[in-house]
Amino acid sequence: VLHTTRPLHTTQQSLAPVPPLPEKGGEVRHGVIPEEFFQFLYPKTGVTGPYMLGTGLLLYFLSKEIYVVNHETAAAACILTVIVYAIKKFGPDVAAFADKLNEEKVATAQAMKDEAMQSLQTAIEQEKKEQWRAEGRSYLFDAKRNNIAMLLEANYRERLLTVYNEVKKRLDYQVAMQTLKRQKEQDHMIQWVEKNVIQSITPQQQKESIAKCILDLKALSKSAHAAV
Amino acid sequence: GPLSERPLMEVRLGELHTWISTCNFSPQGLLGAVQRAWSSYCAKYIHVKQGGPAGISMLLAGYCLLSYGWNYQHFSKTSYISGI
Repeated sequence: VLHTTRPLHTTQQSLAPVPPLPEKGGEVRHGVIPEEFFQFLYPKTGVTGPYMLGTGLLLYFLSKEIYVVNHETAAAACILTVIVYAIKKFGPDVAAFADKLNEEKVATAQAMKDEAMQSLQTAIEQEKKEQWRAEGRSYLFDAKRNNIAMLLEANYRERLLTVYNEVKKRLDYQVAMQTLKRQKEQDHMIQWVEKNVIQSITPQQQKESIAKCILDLKALSKSAHAAV
Repeated sequence: GPLSERPLMEVRLGELHTWISTCNFSPQGLLGAVQRAWSSYCAKYIHVKQGGPAGISMLLAGYCLLSYGWNYQHFSKTSYISGI
């Protein structure tokens, strides 16, 4: 939980960014004596003071045999000569080589940093593009609303058609039922009338009707003969 | 600044006595003092962009002096008047 009222970075010390290394180290004279010693003695004794002090100390140590001269002294002298000669001759080359190594390290770090910056920059641009794209959301929503309205309308009309078809089917059924019933009643009535009429014609009536028909036909044939 | 927090190089000769009395001589104090001295030496002569031979040569010279001091008894007794 971060309390927003707590102040951040109020102290001087912070771990990052690390301050860069100093360019040159402390000054050292003749390789072993720091410059501060010479500066310390300068106000009182001038420039030659430390050298006089060194000479005096050396003679004192030699004379009192605090420093014993033996075979190791000769060895130390030779070794020191060789070391000083080597440093004077190969020093600058080694320094250049070390500087080159340092340069490469710094260059790789710088390249990484630049790459990171570049990727972040492209990320920012893409983000801005996405924000611009999001501004068109009103068009998208309008199109979607239109789609949905059309779907609803189509669905409504389909159902309306279904309802119409169903109602028509039921009504047709009722109409067919009524026609069928009337037809059946008609047929039945006709049949019943015919049956009763045929039953009511007795044989006596049949003979009389046949005789009457023959008389009528004769009369008709007479009139036809007369017409011709 | 206050006396007890100044490093040794900035203490004047007259105040040396009081400065030593404010020093912390427990093991942790001594260890801390050694560590501080070593890290300040490193920061001044070794962790720089262009150091010279000075950083290690001073350490070597100090080592030579120390070993001379430890073996002084042995040096002083060696005799060169050997086969007479």
